[in-house]
Amino acid sequence: MTRNYGALETKRFLVTPETKDFPRNNYGMATARGNNGSGQRPNNTTQNRICQFKLVLLGESAVGKSSLVLRFVKGQFHEYQESTIGAAFLTQTLCIDDTTVKFEIWDTAGQERYHSLAPMYYRGAQAAIVVYDIQNQDSFERAKNWVKELQRQATPNIVIALAGNKADLSQSRVVEHDEAKQYAEENGLLFLETSAKTAMNVNDIFLAIAKKLPKVEGNNGNVHGRRLNENEPNRQMNNCCK
Amino acid sequence: MDSEYDAIVLGTGLKECILSGMLSVSGKKVLHIDRNKYYGGESASLTPIKDLFQHFNSEDPGEKFGRGKDWNVDLIPKFLMANGQLVKLLIHTGVTRYVEFKSIEGSYVYKGGKISKVPVDQKEALASDLMGMFEKRRFRNFLIYVQDIREDDIKTWKDFDPTKQNAQALYDKFGLDKNTQDFTGHALALHRDDEYLAEPAIVTIRRIKLYSDSLARYGKSPYLYPMYGLCELPQGFARLSAIYGGTYMLDKQVDEIVYDGNGKVVGVRSGEELAKCKQVFCDPTYVNEKVRIKGKVVRCICILDHPIPNTKDALSTQIIIPQKQVGRRSDIYVSVVSSTHQVAAKGFFIAMVSTTVESDNPENEIKPGLDLLGPIAQKFVSVSDYYEPTDKGLESQVFISESYDATTHFETTCLDVLDIFKRATGEEFDFSKIKHEIGDEEQ
Repeated sequence: MTRNYGALETKRFLVTPETKDFPRNNYGMATARGNNGSGQRPNNTTQNRICQFKLVLLGESAVGKSSLVLRFVKGQFHEYQESTIGAAFLTQTLCIDDTTVKFEIWDTAGQERYHSLAPMYYRGAQAAIVVYDIQNQDSFERAKNWVKELQRQATPNIVIALAGNKADLSQSRVVEHDEAKQYAEENGLLFLETSAKTAMNVNDIFLAIAKKLPKVEGNNGNVHGRRLNENEPNRQMNNCCK
Repeated sequence: MDSEYDAIVLGTGLKECILSGMLSVSGKKVLHIDRNKYYGGESASLTPIKDLFQHFNSEDPGEKFGRGKDWNVDLIPKFLMANGQLVKLLIHTGVTRYVEFKSIEGSYVYKGGKISKVPVDQKEALASDLMGMFEKRRFRNFLIYVQDIREDDIKTWKDFDPTKQNAQALYDKFGLDKNTQDFTGHALALHRDDEYLAEPAIVTIRRIKLYSDSLARYGKSPYLYPMYGLCELPQGFARLSAIYGGTYMLDKQVDEIVYDGNGKVVGVRSGEELAKCKQVFCDPTYVNEKVRIKGKVVRCICILDHPIPNTKDALSTQIIIPQKQVGRRSDIYVSVVSSTHQVAAKGFFIAMVSTTVESDNPENEIKPGLDLLGPIAQKFVSVSDYYEPTDKGLESQVFISESYDATTHFETTCLDVLDIFKRATGEEFDFSKIKHEIGDEEQ
């Protein structure tokens, strides 16, 4: 199935500051197969393996979960982003060596607010980003609870990244970088401080996850059914398809 | 919670979640509450397995049935018709992105003490032991007639008025014998009893078309079942509602629905909190005073460590026992799902036998179904009332759904939902509203 990002948005994404810093011959944002090519990277000409992963976002309300995704997927940031409405399912692809990693990103849609996230949310998730606000100690404690919740509910070998967001506001920081880093190390989590506003480390955290995910066919033994589709009734969903 | 909403939805059963999604999509401000700490209400899927045992006041089975968290056991068994209303709703709302499905492998019908596969194509029909040689020819002519008929084209009706003449007259026109009528009316048209025989034939024709159109979609059978159990469906629609701004509160006590002097709803009270609203949508368990008992359903959940005998080891099946075959007035349904749907631990099967209660000994009524299953490792029988609202909601603005009936699929569920939506908003649900707005997220 082809992705159809607007060429404009893809381009905008390509010129975000941190993208420039990537060694382009190794990774880069790629539009998926079948695009008209306007956003295609010159080095991404060969067709390679595509692996698809479900990634969920967790964290207290207003720590910037949706902003991180919007920055990653669309290269946008809104200072006064409303509570999540209307965009809780986004996809973005990354290229690592000969593999295209497609993230299917699930946002909480605000259902975390009154502890009403459905079990469906965690189901089959292969990666998670647990977000806290570096200005808010409570949000960090909540993040630790989310990590526990994931270890209890999610697939056993889920890749978890901890993101200390709003890192651009370090003058009002209360959660120390080293404290969070130590916690992450003790619990086997990836860790980066991020800023959806300046785009700092946003792509990097997704890249780090993509690199850590096992990219083999049928990874972690998930069993898949079929997705219903108006036009392609017989399309089978596979976890990792050639 | 102390805020003002357009609508408050009580209970997270499938109907309430679909309504919640439709209302949020239509721009309404929705608060959705459930007194339980899980989604699904009466139609929940219980997990892990100890919760199922607890639900029926039994002791934790420990490791006897494999890993407890591999189980998601539906309290109410249903399948989706592949071309039915619910599938259309799932696709139009984009909720299909959150749920994956598998086809049910086999569809069987009970005749003369044993089960036979409902034929899916010409070849199977010719080999079927359901009818004799000459009857097969008559049945074939009947099917061709049904396939070709178009409601808006009188020429295709061929000297028969399906809108006026009844189903019995249609059978007689093709000379179908009693056994074939039974099979057609119950295993293809999925009628629960024989009242349809006196109703206009068009109803039955539509249902047979639904069966065959559904069959054409995925091949093996007309039925679909979601991975991880039926409770994924309400969760999916709840997510849709949340995406469009709906607020979710599980594990929240609902103490009172508050009315003004004229009996019109003004809000919902939980402890000291009062949430104001213009309308309330709920299942019958939240408004005892506005519903009446319509009937009783007996359901038996059986855990098996083997597939159903005589189904070629199918990992999922539906068996219909037409009422006449066992001297009843309503059909008995058997549905089987297994580890292939992530609802049971590896090597285990969940069979559910259900029917509408007709006697004082409901457990005895489902015996013909249980007898088909082979050895049963564990069974839980429940008899539940099903309710219908006595208040259509036009004055009170409280809109109550019907309980889930004994039908094996969701067609009546969707009709109820669409009817409630229309009563409450005065308009049909505009499916196009969603597609355009979600369109930019994924193609």
